[in-house]
Amino acid sequence: MGGYIIRRLLYTIPVVLGVLTTTFILLRLIPGDPVDLFYLGGQDPSGTVSFVVTPSQQSAYDALRREFNLDKHIVHQFFIYLWDFVRFDFGKSIRSQRPINEIIGDHWPATIQLTLAGMGLALFIGIGAGVISAIRHHTWIDYASQSFAVFGVSIPSFFLGVILVMIFSVGLGWLPAISNGHGKELILPGITLGTAASAILARLMRSSMLDVLSRDYIRTARAKGLRERAVIWLHALRNALIPVVTVAGLAFGGLLTGTVIIESVFTRQGLGLQLIDAITQRDYPVVQGLVMLAALLYAGMNLVVDVLYTYIDPRVRLVRASV
Amino acid sequence: MSTDALREPTSATAQDPLELRPPRSEWQMSYRRFYRHKAAVVGLSILIIISIGAIFADVIAIEPEATFYSFDELQTKKWLPPLTDGHLLGTDDIGRDVFSRVVRGSRVSLRVGFFAVGIASIAGTLFGLAAGYFGGWIDQMVSRAIDVMLAFPDLLLAIAILAALGPSLVNAMVALGLAGIPGYARVVRGATLAARELVYVQAARAVGMSDTRIMLRHILPNVLSPILIMMTLGLGGAILAASALGFLGLAADPPTPEWGSELNLSRAYLRTAWWVSTSNGAAIAITVLSVNMVGDGLREALDPQASSWAR
Repeated sequence: MGGYIIRRLLYTIPVVLGVLTTTFILLRLIPGDPVDLFYLGGQDPSGTVSFVVTPSQQSAYDALRREFNLDKHIVHQFFIYLWDFVRFDFGKSIRSQRPINEIIGDHWPATIQLTLAGMGLALFIGIGAGVISAIRHHTWIDYASQSFAVFGVSIPSFFLGVILVMIFSVGLGWLPAISNGHGKELILPGITLGTAASAILARLMRSSMLDVLSRDYIRTARAKGLRERAVIWLHALRNALIPVVTVAGLAFGGLLTGTVIIESVFTRQGLGLQLIDAITQRDYPVVQGLVMLAALLYAGMNLVVDVLYTYIDPRVRLVRASV
Repeated sequence: MSTDALREPTSATAQDPLELRPPRSEWQMSYRRFYRHKAAVVGLSILIIISIGAIFADVIAIEPEATFYSFDELQTKKWLPPLTDGHLLGTDDIGRDVFSRVVRGSRVSLRVGFFAVGIASIAGTLFGLAAGYFGGWIDQMVSRAIDVMLAFPDLLLAIAILAALGPSLVNAMVALGLAGIPGYARVVRGATLAARELVYVQAARAVGMSDTRIMLRHILPNVLSPILIMMTLGLGGAILAASALGFLGLAADPPTPEWGSELNLSRAYLRTAWWVSTSNGAAIAITVLSVNMVGDGLREALDPQASSWAR
């Protein structure tokens, strides 16, 4: 058990290194470096516009290049970048000069609250609808939930958000259209974010539950006279949840990225909105820091799911321990 | 006598319970399964209508592409509700016919979707085939690259690539295409590993057929079903993701009638003219829904055992 966790942790290291390298390379592919872009302002950096640093700007320009280590060789830059990462120093914004750690510190609660609200809703609706669908197999409620599953993954989250705002904010005036805090302000964004994930989970839960319900041990449980409720919720659900756990872990990554869109819909001051602003302002250190943070959170979540998996399903532990 | 006549049951044998029917191939069976799936047929029909709309957009869109009004004219032209003055879906804030814009938008979205899926599936299939077939260091390299790319949540990778390339519609296609590669590569690699050991592949190798020929002629047809299923479901995903990028202002520039960016811009006057946002949003939802329905049907038709719906 412990050995498996250690191996799984070690496996995460090359992936994290890969993520770091990819982010580094991606943002070095931009024509012109961040400081040039800063001096170019909002102009197109495609190389057609040449810019001239006036003599009066030259010393400030050089200083800025030194500050962002752009005067050094690219390999040197890469090691500085790795070392900064080890110290959890994501650098600072080229526009506002604010440390990125500070930006993250200010805005992460809004994003995490939203992600958790979406995840909670997705798990509740997804598992609930999936189980009911499987028990009431081939009834109207099953068809309704199947339709919801197809529809839920097809409707763009931002459109769903706009519809909800139209009905509940503009029309009925019950809930705010702009969201920043939690509680009531989290209802509409949470529903908007969680719908697609709950549709995916509902579908998976249904097929997993149908599969489990046809197993021998369920027949045994029924034959020994166990109440149907106990059969479903104690014997079947626990086993049916196993594949759902993995997908829920993957869904977390989707939800985390989904907040970028939802925060735009509800002008919620989270990290997603910061990312979009940074991209449009070409503030690359911020883009780099936020993308890396999201990838690391996602890698961490996958690690947690994998470890959790060995607790839920001991068979996995045996198989994996042998490899 | 032609072979068709041989296969055709004659009227004399029609009563025979052991009557010989024309032989059916794997693909014909799949075709039948697809056409029994009602949702898939409905989806396909809607998709065909949308495609026709996209192809003949210039004929169907009643209004010329760039229509501008003077300030005074605009007062009577803007924000007309649906079904007034021959505007099926009303007009927007600068008096343009929403229906015409939405029809033109189908062109943009379908193009982005097909292009992105094209890049992802072709490159992903080639990488996956090479990794699965050759094994060794090629497999190691491709597999590690897949691991790293899949370590990014899906849309985030596209956003990161787009940030590097700079926001534009073409770059959005490329970014979505690149971000889609690892998914195909992983599936094709797995299927190739299994197909490599098939007897006739071994036989092809024994008679000295070249690696490229074995991969393309003997292995590829075997791994085609999962690729086709992924491509259809991926098309819906790509259209959805592209419109999300448009909504975030990272894809199309304003005059382009891209559904996502139109929806974003029209949110500003949602209280006055709800139909502009709704029309564009509904266009995305209907397109993606029909693509997904076709994808579900295709999955059931090509891979009946693995289908979660068929129970």
